[in-house]
Amino acid sequence: MTASLTGSAPPSGGTEPPKDEQAPVRIVRLFGDRVSFRMRTRTVTVYLGLVLAAAVVFAISLMVGDYEIPLPDALLALTGQGERLDVFFVQGVRLPRALTALLVGMALGAAGAVFQSLSRNPLGSPDIIGFTSGAATGAVLTILVFNGTMAQTSLGAIVGGVATAALVYLLAMKKGVQGYRLILVGIGVSAMLVSVRDYLITRADLTDATNAQVWLVGSLNARDWDQVVAVAIGVAVLLPVLLALGPRMRLMEMGEDTAHALGVPTQATQVAALVAASALTGVAISVAGPIGFIALAAPQLVRRLARADGTVLGGAAIMGAFLLVTSDLVAQRLLAPTQLPVGVITSVIGGGYLVWLLYREWRTGRA
Amino acid sequence: MSEPARLWGENLTLAYDQRVISRELGITIPDNSFTVIVGPNACGKSTLLRALSRMLKPTAGAVHLDGQVISSYPSKEVARRLGLLPQSSIAPDGITVADLVARGRYPHQKFLKQWSRADEQIITEAMESTGITDLATRMVDELSGGQRQRVWLAMVLAQQTPLLLLDEPTTYLDIAHQMDVLDLCAELHHERQYTLVAVLHDLNQACRYATHIITMKDGRVVAEGAPADIITAELVEDVFGLPCRVIPDPETGTPLIVASDRRGAIRRRGRQERPQEGKDAAEGAGETAGIGASSSA
Repeated sequence: MTASLTGSAPPSGGTEPPKDEQAPVRIVRLFGDRVSFRMRTRTVTVYLGLVLAAAVVFAISLMVGDYEIPLPDALLALTGQGERLDVFFVQGVRLPRALTALLVGMALGAAGAVFQSLSRNPLGSPDIIGFTSGAATGAVLTILVFNGTMAQTSLGAIVGGVATAALVYLLAMKKGVQGYRLILVGIGVSAMLVSVRDYLITRADLTDATNAQVWLVGSLNARDWDQVVAVAIGVAVLLPVLLALGPRMRLMEMGEDTAHALGVPTQATQVAALVAASALTGVAISVAGPIGFIALAAPQLVRRLARADGTVLGGAAIMGAFLLVTSDLVAQRLLAPTQLPVGVITSVIGGGYLVWLLYREWRTGRA
Repeated sequence: MSEPARLWGENLTLAYDQRVISRELGITIPDNSFTVIVGPNACGKSTLLRALSRMLKPTAGAVHLDGQVISSYPSKEVARRLGLLPQSSIAPDGITVADLVARGRYPHQKFLKQWSRADEQIITEAMESTGITDLATRMVDELSGGQRQRVWLAMVLAQQTPLLLLDEPTTYLDIAHQMDVLDLCAELHHERQYTLVAVLHDLNQACRYATHIITMKDGRVVAEGAPADIITAELVEDVFGLPCRVIPDPETGTPLIVASDRRGAIRRRGRQERPQEGKDAAEGAGETAGIGASSSA
């Protein structure tokens, strides 16, 4: 910036080819001028590609397993026809699991995008700011101390997550939420919660500790329709709320004053977005455990792929769904018949991504 | 004034948390003026601008916009009447010039109507009048400081608010780009009858471009009026503590502030201080007072 201040005259149009030519734009107008949108062709292509890819992986995960079902039979089984064993595997086992993966992925991707947008930092995901640790500690507490059932564990996770989020916000709040404060306070609180959790596990007997540990990695094994319904309701209610807040959040990425001057009620937007995103994360974690890194990686990956100018919530949701359903397929088949928890796969992918992200930021001198 | 102005504030007490910046401040922005607020650092001029643009809620008193208390409007409604260019804005990574300018249309857009023909027309005009049409498809982060400031200005223009507040719009720009920005403001004021309120640091620029000048010190308004009527050496010394002469600007005839030459006094002080180190502060203070006296003579 300082170097370019003294900069020479602007290169007039056409003399030099722009480094990064703007992607072609399509303007959609319906009913005269009453409905109008503008979208980049590249964004549409990327989204459609991701939806298609997720659909393919989804279809494959209905087919493969110890009991393989060819595609036509699998599709037939979806409608309830075909052989009874096919129907059992597709409708009773694989479909709920794959649907849970898609929905949890959507929830985590969108929530991650919100946290990153509000903290104006690619590290501002629920993993980093302590929400996930809070939910995990809540769940472990329920499993080990109260001998909770699956449903109670979910509730414990939501309570733990929301309580931690509230604590972190209160500590980080100073005339609105500041990005770095939020992240640093979150890391601190997170570290304390992890130690509480580890202490609880060392005190537990072996079976309970193992159960808690499996939950902690995040898994989609043996998810049934109850879980699908729970997370579907959460996504159906909360995702539209966040999508409606999206344009305001994008303006707030230009600085709070600028957004306010353009007519964005910044405080109300911040609170509404944080509450909705926290609830969405809570629902996702309560169903699948603290699956790491989807919330961190999905928003950034889709943004880079689509070359978007700001956070793209819808895109992050689609990317999250694709990432999780793919990770889960890998988790099921990689060491088959041994079933890995999906959290192991997302952590490996996510860890690699995080290293790449930090390296990139460090290279450009922004970290 | 027979009719109340579009933008005025009464009895304003402005504070950040417990720190009071201004008390019982009254301010009126004359309609169709190019008002410039000047004053030393930390005199409360940016704070005042923040209050006028509803970024800061007054602890007491109220700002009125078009006959109503500004906080009684929905935020988007204010944004259709009054624009603000804040001191610092962040350009999102990978945004093009046209897309950034288009964001200025936000207060006029509806959920289903995000890119009407009218929007497109206004965005094109905003880029034309700031001279950035050629840059439309470039990335904002590739631009120079001067170009970038014009992009931000275009965004505020796309907002189409004939009442426009600018917080130090020339900061970080070299002198030529500063004049570019101010010329553009003058054009908006003259040709399009915009009412402009700007915080500026350079007194000479303020005197040249403003039709109405407000000088502030310690959170109070010291003097306001047309530059030629109020800017005197006494006022500048009182407000800024800067001994100076005020002469007519050879280009425009507006007041031109020329700081007194204090180098001789500094050299004298240096000679006196060298033989005996650690002279007390009283000597220095007397010296400064001496400079003031000599210059006003």
